[in-house]
Amino acid sequence: MSLYASRRRSNLTAMALCLLATTIGIVWLFLILFSLLLNGLPHLTFEVFTEMTPPPGETGGGLLNPIFGTLMMTVLGVGIGAPIGILAGTYLAEYGRYSKTTPTIRFINDILLSAPSIIIGLFIYGIVVVPMKNFSALAGSLALAVIVIPVVVRTTEDMLLLVPNTLREAASAMGLPRSHVVWHVAYRAARTGILTGVLLGVARIAGETAPLLFTAFSNNFWSASLMKPIASLPTTINSFINTPDANMKQLAWTGALIVTLAVLALNIVARILGGTKKQS
Amino acid sequence: MNEKISIRDLKFYYGNALALKGINIPLYANKVTAFIGPSGCGKSTLLRVLNRMYDLYPNQHAEGEVLFDGRNILDPGVDLNLLRARIGMVFQKPTPFPMTIYDNIAFGLKLYESLSKSELDGRVEHALKRAALWNEVKDKLNANGLSLSGGQQQRLCIARTVAIKPEVILFDEPCSALDPISTAKIEELIDELKHDYTIAIVTHNMQQAARVSEHTAFMYLGELVEFDETSKIFTAPRDSRTQDYITGRFG
Repeated sequence: MSLYASRRRSNLTAMALCLLATTIGIVWLFLILFSLLLNGLPHLTFEVFTEMTPPPGETGGGLLNPIFGTLMMTVLGVGIGAPIGILAGTYLAEYGRYSKTTPTIRFINDILLSAPSIIIGLFIYGIVVVPMKNFSALAGSLALAVIVIPVVVRTTEDMLLLVPNTLREAASAMGLPRSHVVWHVAYRAARTGILTGVLLGVARIAGETAPLLFTAFSNNFWSASLMKPIASLPTTINSFINTPDANMKQLAWTGALIVTLAVLALNIVARILGGTKKQS
Repeated sequence: MNEKISIRDLKFYYGNALALKGINIPLYANKVTAFIGPSGCGKSTLLRVLNRMYDLYPNQHAEGEVLFDGRNILDPGVDLNLLRARIGMVFQKPTPFPMTIYDNIAFGLKLYESLSKSELDGRVEHALKRAALWNEVKDKLNANGLSLSGGQQQRLCIARTVAIKPEVILFDEPCSALDPISTAKIEELIDELKHDYTIAIVTHNMQQAARVSEHTAFMYLGELVEFDETSKIFTAPRDSRTQDYITGRFG
């Protein structure tokens, strides 16, 4: 009986520690969300989405140009990075599954996955910004694409590895060429998982600041050109929060709230998609 | 009797491990040949040589000859996709593709033949009828193949295989995941199908081998112990190991 009691005690202790750790983790998240809502929500007006960033010393203004810049670079970054990531992930999981180089590629990809994003910004600065002699939306998009690629490679490979081999054998047994097996059977079975990976990639880059500082830089005016510097929400937040101007500080809070809500929404959508897959 | 497939001195290796130690078996045209034996005896391995399924994996290779209509399918120059279209396979676990019932069948067809929509519809219907599944699914052809019961899924897989008009069908324990009623249906189906196809079936169920096959091969530890007409194997086996296995003394 004492053995049972002592096990019960250690079980309770372990559970209490786990609960405590979980609470500590979650508390910060809610504190952040709470302060964002508190500071950002009161000024989350229609004008924020329709007006340009204001110069110092004025009132009003909005975040139209950084919102547009973030959208444009995110879409381009994912547009460039996701196909490359999906193809590379497909190689690792399907064509090169038994190849000797695959573990090496996977390892290097994992390094890239955890590389500090400012390094990636500096890398693009070196190979794109310096030769082109100016900051540009294109360079920003490329930096974001480089961040997206390893995320998508990893999820694509993982999702394809979850597709049972019996399904591939069944398709091969009908005489389907490898490309058909991958395209019609493996992709179809892993579709929601791969899409989830892409969405997580979007969520990852939508809030990135560091890789844009040396690539897209920022811009106080409207620009839709790929070849010119462009504003983005994270860099605008970064510069506005450091000004003494109260109006600009306020817009930074509102911008932070917008980015957070957008990323939160993307993660929730990705979760829902991933969840429906498990149920079926 | 016409030999559709002749297996001659077939050796098979998983890496360096010898899994088939020189097998000689004929598969007669329009007959059912059953392979029995305890787990690990190499009967599934043998089946997977016949459509070169092992080629999907590294470090597996076969030696010897497997003549299919006189041509050695182990030759490196053989087009595997064409070979697998002529030698179909039904697996132990039902494996419908994650798509509609209709597409499960139409999908393979579209690859090999350019058919109009109505021809395609006809072929899908014909295949489902051959697999004795048509009456159960004709009103829900657009439902997901995964929504069917296990037995129905297995018949869908048979329909899918039949649709591309192979010459040989390999069954790898097709009923081991099914209930007795579904099993009876599949066995009836195999009896039907042998009029048009040459059939090889691996089974753990000796009654099943006795019911469906004309010839039976008993394998043990990677060797062919005995091959004969099914009636002889089950009534008067020549080898004592066969005798022991079919009477349930081991395995």
